[in-house]
Order: sequence, then C-alpha cells, then structure tokens
Amino acid sequence: MHDFLIIWAHIDLVFTGLINTLILIVLAGVMSILLGLILTPLLVGSNKALATMVQCYVDAMRCVPFLLFVYLIYFGLPTLGLRLSSWTAGALALVLYNTAYMAELLRGAWLELPPSILESGRSFGFTGWGLLRHIMVTPMLIRALPMIGNQLIQILKDSAFLTVIAVKELTHELNGIQSTYFIPFAAFLTALILYWIICILMEMVMGSFEQFAVLRRP
Amino acid sequence: MNAYDYYSILQGAIFTVSLSIVSLVIGVPLGLGFALIRWAKVPFFKDLVQAYVNVIRSCPTVTLVLLIYYALPEFGVSLNPLPAAVLALTLSTTAFNCEIWRSALVEFPKDQLDAAHALGLNRLMRMRLIVFPQIWRSSLPGIFNEITLQIKSTPAVAVIGIVEITRAALRVGSNTYEPLPPFIFALLIYSSIVFVFLKLQKYFEIQMKEKGYI
Repeated sequence: MHDFLIIWAHIDLVFTGLINTLILIVLAGVMSILLGLILTPLLVGSNKALATMVQCYVDAMRCVPFLLFVYLIYFGLPTLGLRLSSWTAGALALVLYNTAYMAELLRGAWLELPPSILESGRSFGFTGWGLLRHIMVTPMLIRALPMIGNQLIQILKDSAFLTVIAVKELTHELNGIQSTYFIPFAAFLTALILYWIICILMEMVMGSFEQFAVLRRP
Repeated sequence: MNAYDYYSILQGAIFTVSLSIVSLVIGVPLGLGFALIRWAKVPFFKDLVQAYVNVIRSCPTVTLVLLIYYALPEFGVSLNPLPAAVLALTLSTTAFNCEIWRSALVEFPKDQLDAAHALGLNRLMRMRLIVFPQIWRSSLPGIFNEITLQIKSTPAVAVIGIVEITRAALRVGSNTYEPLPPFIFALLIYSSIVFVFLKLQKYFEIQMKEKGYI
C-alpha cells in the first residue's frame, strides 16, 4: 500500500503521461482515419499506378513491427537530413503506421458496400471529392465502425512503444517512477489499470457511435 | 555494415522466430481451453477467463513485459529475461487466441450438437469428432492473423534486454553510426518472415478448398 502512496505523491507525472497518451491516441486516431479516407478511393480507383503505389505503402506498413518503424523514423530520418523531436517523431510514426491499417480496413468496407450507392451518386452528378465526401464517407465509416474501434485500441497499445524514444507517455512516466523508487509492481499495475480505463472509455465512445450506426444500417 | 553485423541481426531473427513459435505453441491450445471454459459456462472460471482476456487485450505488450520482469521478483519469483519474455508473450497471445476460438465456438451450429447428443456421443467424443474438426478450420485465418501480429509484437521484449531483430539492428546502428542500413535489413527480414506465414496460410486454404472442407 505504501508503494501506491509514492505513486500518489507523483500524481503530476502520472497525469502528464496520461494526458500525453490521450493526446497521442486522439491525434493518431483522427489523422489516420482522415488520411485513410483519402487513400481508400486511390486504392480502389481506376488509376493503376497510383493504386499500386498506395498498396505497396500499405503492405510495407503491415509487414513492419511498430517498434522498428519508430526507430526508422527517429534514428533513420536524421540520416536523410530531417531531425525531429521525440514527440513529433512518435506522433508521426503512429499516424503513418496506422493510416495504412485504416486505409486497408476502409477499403474492405468500400468493397462490401452495395455498388448501387456509388452508381446512384454518380448518376446524380457527384464526382471526385464530392462523391467521396457526400456519398461514400458515411456508409463506409458505419460499415467499418467495429474494425475502427479495434484499430483505435491498437493505437493505444502502440503508443506504449514510444517509451523507447523517450516520449513522455504513460508507460514512460511510470517506468521512470518505478526505477527511481524500485516499486515496479505498483507502478506497472497503475499503468495497466489506467490503460484499461482508457480502453473502457474508448469502447463507450464507440458504443455510442454504434447506436448511431445501427439506426442507419440497411 | 560488415558481414558480422548482418550475421548478428540474423541471429536476432532466430530469437524472434523461436520466441513467437514457443509462445504460440503454448498459447493456441491454451486459448482453446479457455474458450471452452467460457463456452461451457463453467461457473466462476468463466468470469475469471473473461476478466483475464479483457485486461490482457487492453494492455500494451511493452507494459506487460515490464510488469512481469520487474514486478514478479517482489513476490519472490525472479525470472531471467528469456522466461519472462516467453511468459509475457504467451499470456498476451493466449488471450487473443481465446477470443478467436470462442468466436468459432459461438457460431457453431447448435443442431449438430443436438444430433450428436441424440446419437449418444459423450462430451469428449462430441468435442473430438464433431466440434473440433470444424472449428479449427474456421479459426485458421484468425490464428494465422494472430501469428503475424505476434511476430510483430516480439520487439516489445527488447525492453528487458533480449536481443531480437529490432534490438540487434539498433545495436549495429549505434556501433556504426549509420542507423539506416541495419533498420532496412531488419525490415527485409521481418517482411520475409511474415511473407512465409502468409504463403503458408494461402497453401492451407487452397488445400482445404481442394478437399472440399470450405
């Protein structure tokens, strides 16, 4: 019990970590969904060269472990003359990595939609971005909602890897407290519980979206 | 990067592959056991399994590895990095495999079980002759998916000092002051490992289609 009091005394550090983790998840979640929405029409589109390029990016990301990708961005990019702070590099890695997954699962949703939606949109004169924005986005997102929820939890778990490049997220802060006071059990248990709470909150948010979606599913 | 550097990263690959295989060999059957506990609604244990699966599925692998390696000694169980890594990876993959098996069990048609009952098969025979031959086929894609995810989550054990591919590449990078080549080499190794498993999955699916199982 004493150990948990030590952690309570450093609640500001825990709080910093929690806020950072939350910001990273929200940023990475929103950005990767938006970028995924932009990449999806290219993946299923008629421009073969562009589709192949995007597919290569998606497949490459799906083969690389996230940790290696973080190292690649943080240590590899400076070789090419681009130097990023650890936070920026971490956020960039999260966004780029998960965009590929979002694009892939949105592509699946697009292909599962009845072709009549696309055709009737076209016949009403929608083309290009207008077609995507006004016609396709909502049914696509509704279809892909459960998978997007899974991927958001994956983002949460990926964000813990950012401790290796010293991003001040939850695992990093609690590992810091742990190594100062030698209270590993209390520290990591706190981290685990906080991650769990974030997951439950995320599931509640997704649940409310799900209710919205259920009403609009064919 | 000289030949020795390439060799050291390849040695890391052996750790990556063997850690994933060991954790999967334990985790896949254990996941089936846990899924059966939930499916059969064994009192008390089903809640225990559900709590375990929920917590582990929301816990990042890195945090789990750190928890097991640093916190277990407080309870008098001091593990070397290697057993700690195997334990953490097994715990996490078991939870995911449990969900994969459970979804196959939930979708299993009830009338087949009733028919088996009517033919007088006992519990074990129902499981062995009716249920299992069908659920392993329907779970196979999910399990292969989990295998590739597991390979990609092994770098998490690098935080407790196990030299697998990613950590080996990081070492070479910090020795030669050129981080890019070893990382790209590591990327190629990961891609080829994942590629092998994807081919294997395709092979199994084609085999099953030819034999008319799916």
